[in-house]
Amino acid sequence: MSLIEQAKFAEIALHVNGEERRIRVDTRSSLLDVLREQLGLTGSKKGCDHGQCGACTVLLEGRRANSCLALAVAHDGARLTTIEGLADGEDLHPVQAAFIEHDGLQCGYCTPGQICSAVGMLEELAEGWPSAVTPDLDDAPVPSREEIAERMSGNICRCGAYRGIVAAIEQAVR
Amino acid sequence: MRPFAYERAPDPDAAVSSAQTHAAEGVRYLAGGTNLVDLMRLGVERPGHLIDVTRLGNDRIEETDDGGLRIGAAVSNAEVAAHDLVCRDHPLLADALLHGASGQLRNLATVGGNLLQRTRCSYFQDVTKPCNKRRPGSGCPAREGAHRNLAILGHSEACVATHPSDMAVAMAALDAVVHVTGPNGDRVIPMPGFHRLPGDEPQRDTLLEPAELITDVMLPPPITGARSRYRKVRERSSFAFALVSVAAVLAVEDGLVSEIRIALGGVAHVPWRAERAEDELLGEPAGEEAFAAAADAELESARPLRDNVYKVALAHNLIVRTLAELCP
Repeated sequence: MSLIEQAKFAEIALHVNGEERRIRVDTRSSLLDVLREQLGLTGSKKGCDHGQCGACTVLLEGRRANSCLALAVAHDGARLTTIEGLADGEDLHPVQAAFIEHDGLQCGYCTPGQICSAVGMLEELAEGWPSAVTPDLDDAPVPSREEIAERMSGNICRCGAYRGIVAAIEQAVR
Repeated sequence: MRPFAYERAPDPDAAVSSAQTHAAEGVRYLAGGTNLVDLMRLGVERPGHLIDVTRLGNDRIEETDDGGLRIGAAVSNAEVAAHDLVCRDHPLLADALLHGASGQLRNLATVGGNLLQRTRCSYFQDVTKPCNKRRPGSGCPAREGAHRNLAILGHSEACVATHPSDMAVAMAALDAVVHVTGPNGDRVIPMPGFHRLPGDEPQRDTLLEPAELITDVMLPPPITGARSRYRKVRERSSFAFALVSVAAVLAVEDGLVSEIRIALGGVAHVPWRAERAEDELLGEPAGEEAFAAAADAELESARPLRDNVYKVALAHNLIVRTLAELCP
């Protein structure tokens, strides 16, 4: 047996921001690597590559997910929305506009993940999903600052722009 | 990362059969991948063949004839925590899940995968260090090294790792039963006991045999009149593993403890069912004095390491405070 094992490939299709993309992927490639290296969508960022920072967050079948831990080959046929697909032409998504208005960023590296995570989180909230700080599992959760902070804890901002991030999300809820 | 072949299994039997066929290449079942893919990237796991088990038809939560719940192994952690039947009958389980990981990880991670996640002991995750769990016989540097977050109960000379799951702690307290299929057919494994203490084989986290696959987790009907709570102490208020956690179920009748379940997280190689404390409390007058005596009885067997003595007091206080809150 050769010391270096041959890479294995698979043909998959991904529906990215409304467009079908057919590609050949190394089975080891994450969705993040495929988006950035093969599809030219570099908005999603690689921070830790271990699911700990949230910079790679995208919407996978409408739900927020760490694209660094999702193997592309396991998501053949999936529907993805990245930061590049949130705006409607020149019209920014309300969460994007709110991040600008409230300075929800400094260096901007974590921002695409923060925004995709916030969009997914607001959908979860609208569906009544509870969080660890929801007082009663039976009550509809309210978008308080405490709820927003808890629900966004999977997105780290090393510049510490959390004040603006929470304020932007509070505005986007309204 | 080592190259690997990938296949999507259509049903449990096909998955098990393929796992046997490819055993020699190093085979792993893949669900959400939140732990496995990370460990493959770190070089801790090096499978040559992955079998995707997310589309086997076990992705639903349903009520059983006896009033319990059947939770498919492929249901995401987020779906379990938000599910009406879970929130109604077993809020303890939802509570525990919501105290684990982050929103985006809970959307990917599955019930089966959560039960099978590996320890976050830093020596296990670092392939340049010895570790009996990763490389049996190589030694355990954690014993004398960085063990602040590691076990105080049930550890062995070979391994002082802790199980990282919150969900499993609640399941241990709720007497959940794990349904498994494998080369020798189906079997059921009751939750306190699905995970195993390290002994001299710390490489084995659970009772699962090679190629065995978790298909469902069954929860018994809720205990009438009981209240429950999951409390977790960690180094930051969200998105961190437990230093110590407790899942507790308590019912009191005429001032006496009529039902009691206590399980601890972050203290052992398994979600630790506190049976000694339960035995002390059942039938006794409910109150802080009794809760403290029960916690003492449970922690009598604790053998803390140099830097985690604090966990003994933390576990004690957490048990007492949580039961006191549940006391009517």
